[in-house]
Amino acid sequence: MMSKTLGIVFSNMHDATMGKITENRTMGSVPFGGRYRLIDFVLSNLINSGIQDVGIITKSNFQSLMDHLGTGKEWDLSRKKGGLTILPPYGRHEATYYRGRLEALGSIYSYIRESKAELVVMTDCDNIASVDYADVIRYHREHDADVTVIYKNKPITKSIHRDVITISMDENKRVNGALVNPESTSGNVLLNMTVISKRLLEKIISDATSANFYSFTQGILQNSNQRLKIYGYEFKNYVADIKSLQSYYDCSMDLLNPEIRRQIFPADRPVYTKVRDEVSVKYGINAKAKNSMIADGCVIEGVVENSLIFRGVKIGRGAVVKNSIIMQGAVIGENSTLDCVVTDKDVMIRDSRTLVGCKEYPLYIEKGTAV
Amino acid sequence: MLLAGGQGSRLYALTRDIAKPAVPFGGKYRIIDFPLSNCVNSGIDTVGVLTQYQPLQLNEYIGNGQPWDLDRVHGGVYVLPPYQKSSNSDWYTGTANAIYQNINFISRYDPEYVVILSGDHIYKMDYSKMLEFHKEKKADCTIAVMEVPWEEAPRFGIMACDEDHKIFEFAEKPKQPKSNLASMGIYIFSWDKLRKYLEEDEANPDSENDFGKNVIPAMLANNERMYAYAYQGYWKDVGTIDSLWEANMDLLNPNVPLDLYDDSWKIYARNPVMPPQYVADGAVTRDAMISEGCIVEGEVDFSILFPGVIMEKGAVVHDSIVMPGSVIKAGAVVEYSIIAENVVIGENARIGCRPENVEDKENWGVTVIAKGIHIGKNANIPAKAMIEQDVLEVGSDDE
Repeated sequence: MMSKTLGIVFSNMHDATMGKITENRTMGSVPFGGRYRLIDFVLSNLINSGIQDVGIITKSNFQSLMDHLGTGKEWDLSRKKGGLTILPPYGRHEATYYRGRLEALGSIYSYIRESKAELVVMTDCDNIASVDYADVIRYHREHDADVTVIYKNKPITKSIHRDVITISMDENKRVNGALVNPESTSGNVLLNMTVISKRLLEKIISDATSANFYSFTQGILQNSNQRLKIYGYEFKNYVADIKSLQSYYDCSMDLLNPEIRRQIFPADRPVYTKVRDEVSVKYGINAKAKNSMIADGCVIEGVVENSLIFRGVKIGRGAVVKNSIIMQGAVIGENSTLDCVVTDKDVMIRDSRTLVGCKEYPLYIEKGTAV
Repeated sequence: MLLAGGQGSRLYALTRDIAKPAVPFGGKYRIIDFPLSNCVNSGIDTVGVLTQYQPLQLNEYIGNGQPWDLDRVHGGVYVLPPYQKSSNSDWYTGTANAIYQNINFISRYDPEYVVILSGDHIYKMDYSKMLEFHKEKKADCTIAVMEVPWEEAPRFGIMACDEDHKIFEFAEKPKQPKSNLASMGIYIFSWDKLRKYLEEDEANPDSENDFGKNVIPAMLANNERMYAYAYQGYWKDVGTIDSLWEANMDLLNPNVPLDLYDDSWKIYARNPVMPPQYVADGAVTRDAMISEGCIVEGEVDFSILFPGVIMEKGAVVHDSIVMPGSVIKAGAVVEYSIIAENVVIGENARIGCRPENVEDKENWGVTVIAKGIHIGKNANIPAKAMIEQDVLEVGSDDE
């Protein structure tokens, strides 16, 4: 069954809301969870659901994404049939820099048409959760749905109040309306994961091209919910909804909760990522760590508390890192103090520096900065 | 050609069902990762791995060689077990016989030189430099040697050389060594010569078909050009429980010159697919190496935790090695021990003992718990014990 499903990943959607973190990378290549990029969770969900044919739509800044994905072998997507396909913009002669989801799909129309799949799973990279699409597809078939959208009933905080779409449904979970950035403080928030039959998707794309509309939300969820059978699939487990630096920070800190960690990293549904051949973490004689996630290749000589430390970070003697996210390759000098800081890749904090943000407004240090 | 067929009988319980080269080492490696990574880093892209004893895990681990970048269109890594031939099929009867039985494999690549390595040593070495030396000396055979303390020399194959590094005498485990230059079990041969000697050695019914005992002495006796290539740096034979424990602990010692963090000479391994480790509130991680997927709620001091080890609250691990997937339950204390893969240590159990707490110092040693063993609650396993069967729970402390 699943071999007849095509996965399509939108790697650039929501870039605009993330500020400097996505200045030189796609949403999909945003580092998350110590040793991953957001797209790792998305791809692993597809693989773990038996979907081995995946196209990744890119728009801009996708060099780091391509570098990360390579041939896809680490996700077992280096296949003779199907496997990983990166779909850059301007794939067709007349294609333009897409404005919306349907236009993006329009530019890969031939890729979709040539696929042997019956169903298509489309997903963005902003909602991080362990999702079993096999279950969603079962639901889709049981309801004889044209389109199934995954949602979660949850609060809409200020930190995610960008690009939020909520849906309303009748008692049978059939979608009868959708709102973009609603005023309410909670609702059935779309996780931007959709199951649709390939044939219908092809038709929607060609209609959209001829009618010149490009928004899936507007064109389908809002204007066609009478004509199409659109159903909502409720997802109940934890979802990290990453829409801003603040929600990125909050969701990262959520991973320190054991129950949330179990839901994001279930033992039987591994999250795959690029292998970097790092050494195990080495703790020095004066090292102290508590309530922290620490990835391989780190050398910890100082103190780490309530923090996420990515691969290959060095924390010097006497340094204190608290409530912070330290991305790959950073060097934190001796006797420095960091509290509520997010350092992007390869940041260098010299000895005896003090950097303090606050939990409601973490301090972000750009990639490659020396402080 | 990497000799990986040995049983490693002196590792006892640890090699009950895996070959020695597949024994986990240094947090996320297996012993064989060192010679394999050395090969790749030295530019050797065709490697035969000769297996015989318990090869299943080793085969699975090596797979297509991708982690070491040995999944090549030309060459790559080949696992070479003994196989049936039209006449006289046999197990590998010795190190030389193992290579002899694979003459056809080697000949397919028509090499000028063959590097023979063993799969049970921990070191970093650039074989290409040794090959340059071999060519420069126009040698028939070059043996890597290093200085060992004189008192340990009788445990090794010892070379006596002239100023030009030419070997004039070789003694396997001599009682009265004439030098302290020990063979590291790393040989480079000119293939034509090696082939000739392997065939002669095979034809000799009295030979044990061993490089150190037969082939090298025979070549010396015939005045072939044999040279010693002096290696300086860290090298450790991890053939015994003590040396395996020590070599692991060496990784925690800043004065030991084995740098795993050197980007120009990475040691590659098949990586586990696990989330980063989590160190809980109240945990102690001091002077330790801890790998992915570990959950540490207890105290780790001067120890190595391999991937996926779980330590519950109040569990203590000192001066020990805990291999992948093992669980140390609440309140258990592990000292001076090697805990193999997927072991469960029950609540409040005590495993091993530090040397200063033992009366009979002569009989102190590292405790070993074999793969998959369950140690019951409150059980007490003494120093130097080797546990290969489950140990039942002992009545509670307040009895």
